[in-house]
Amino acid sequence: MNPAKPIAGVIAVLLLLVVLSSATYTVNEVEQVIITQFGRPVGEPVTTAGLRLRLPLVQEVNRIEKRILEWDGNPSDMPTKDKLYISVDLFARWRITDPLQYFLRLRDERSAQSRLDDILGSETRNAVAKHELIEIIRTTKDRVPMRDPSLTEGELQVGALVPIHKGRQMVEKEIFAAAAPKVQVFGIELLDIRFKRINYNESVQPKIYDRMISERRQIAERYRSEGNGEAARIQGNREGELNRIQSEAYRRVEEIRGEADAKATEIYAAAYNQSPEAAAFYEFLRSMETYKSALADNTSLILSTDSDLFKFLKGLEAPRR
Amino acid sequence: MTQWQTTIRGSDAICWGSFVTPTYELASWGSEKIVLAENRIPSYANSMLKKVSTRTPKAPPRLNLPSGRGLAMAGWGLAIFIGIWSGLYTVPSDSVAVVQRFGAFLKEVPPGLHLKIPFGVDDATIVPVKRQLKQEFGFATPGATNPYQYTQDPKRETQMVTGDLNSALVEWVVQYRIAEPEKFLFDVREPEGTLRDVSESVMREVVGDRTVDEVITIGRQEIESEAQQRMQALAAKYQLGVSIDQVQLKNVNPPGPVQASFNEVNQAQQEKEKLINEARQAYNKVIPLAEGEKDQRIREAEGYRVKRINEAEGDVARFSAVLAQYLKAPEVTRRRIYLETLQEVLPRLRSKYIVDEQGSHILPLLHLDPNMAQPQGNTP
Repeated sequence: MNPAKPIAGVIAVLLLLVVLSSATYTVNEVEQVIITQFGRPVGEPVTTAGLRLRLPLVQEVNRIEKRILEWDGNPSDMPTKDKLYISVDLFARWRITDPLQYFLRLRDERSAQSRLDDILGSETRNAVAKHELIEIIRTTKDRVPMRDPSLTEGELQVGALVPIHKGRQMVEKEIFAAAAPKVQVFGIELLDIRFKRINYNESVQPKIYDRMISERRQIAERYRSEGNGEAARIQGNREGELNRIQSEAYRRVEEIRGEADAKATEIYAAAYNQSPEAAAFYEFLRSMETYKSALADNTSLILSTDSDLFKFLKGLEAPRR
Repeated sequence: MTQWQTTIRGSDAICWGSFVTPTYELASWGSEKIVLAENRIPSYANSMLKKVSTRTPKAPPRLNLPSGRGLAMAGWGLAIFIGIWSGLYTVPSDSVAVVQRFGAFLKEVPPGLHLKIPFGVDDATIVPVKRQLKQEFGFATPGATNPYQYTQDPKRETQMVTGDLNSALVEWVVQYRIAEPEKFLFDVREPEGTLRDVSESVMREVVGDRTVDEVITIGRQEIESEAQQRMQALAAKYQLGVSIDQVQLKNVNPPGPVQASFNEVNQAQQEKEKLINEARQAYNKVIPLAEGEKDQRIREAEGYRVKRINEAEGDVARFSAVLAQYLKAPEVTRRRIYLETLQEVLPRLRSKYIVDEQGSHILPLLHLDPNMAQPQGNTP
């Protein structure tokens, strides 16, 4: 039939495509390929990306990751050397360097991950048990911490870092050094391991919290006593200042008054001492004034007729003394 | 047409996911990315098969109308049209496209409209290199489109042990960009998941080197910059292809049961300030007053001096004046003054006894001081 001809053409093209697509395969940048023939690997693994040929139906393409892969451990509780239970969560980077070996020993990634679980898990336990907690927490040996400038005085224990010998990165390196050779047999290269999370175990936490609380109380007490101390100091200053000011005032006042009295005395002396008559007259005047003020209303006075005032009571010609 | 396209996309997704994983991940990033994926024209060998198979049921009704040759022409025309149509793709302005030919890296393509070889030969992956991406740790902003921006269990991320073996809850944000798309796509599987691990690990390392006070209050900036540097170094070491722009600490708190005692410290700090201020207040209340009083007393003393000297001078002037007159007639003046004084004084006195100078026996008879005698009852 005439209309069947183009349809046949289409079918021919289609067939060609099917054959082509089953005889070729692409290798992506992110993968490497092992060709197996009836389940047996043939030839070298293909590690460069691009279009490749294969025998259709006979050869099978096994794709294996070429990228760096993650291993994320499950958090697990383990004791440290100082018998503290901590929960440790690790992660690692690895990659398949020998795809053939990997393919033969492990087949798929799931079994690779479980091997890594076993090996890294046990090496972590070993390393953690060998070190005190602080060695896993801290990194830099001789770091001097910053301190709150408002709380510098005294030798307060808080705000100090516990000294270490190795530090976190060294422990990580130890785990890495122990685990790396063990995974090599699987065609895997371990690139790096790191602690992701380290936390106190649930049972340890209350104790840690208690310690933190007591530490904080200590700081709070410190602040309060610093406050009281400073207040007392200011109060002392106040009293001291007050005494200083008042005594200075007293001294100055007395100085001035003394000066004034001295000056007055000088003036009086100069005037009263100008001649014997003046001195005598002054004595006389002062006596008179003293009589005026010294003799009050209720004073009884006994006078002799011998006195100057009453001498005339006895007679006009009183004898002169 | 719509129905036809969806069929193709269905098959497309299946065949794609099996060997081009990174693109698939990018496509599932979020709603924006999904739009990108929908705009892209399907372009794979399998889509040809599917296209033909979906076209065949359409063919029979048209079979009798035009000639078979015309139909074939139309078929080829359609195939070419679809080929070109599916070879076109747009790269948004904040992105670049990484083109792979048969899976191998070919080139990086800038933003704009581009053509690729369709039917599974070329494959373009769009990577948003200019977009600022972020990851949140310890909290989750709702409505995030990037699945790597948060985790399901943020509380676990916050717990940390500090260098003085205390506990702290730390929340932070990492701002990053995809700097090297080729590395980002091809070197590491799950680069963003890895970045999360790196970020958590580094933050704990940095916090582990610091005291709880530094972490919570005084050392925040230092922590941010150091974490940023270390994350950048690790991202480079792991070939993640991302650059860490910023690390920002958000809420940093002591654990719940301890918070009260941290507040107590704050209160004590306030109390300290209060005590000191009160003492200063008392000081300021008294000291300036005392200074003023001091000045007052000194001024008064100075006034006294002036007064004293003036008085002395006055006295002296008066005395000198009187003296001058006295010297003219001393005897009479003396006598006059004496008598005047007595005249003034004597009338005020209660009792006066004038005794003869010979008869001096009167003295024992007198009650010289009536007040002294009163208690004995001698006088009423």
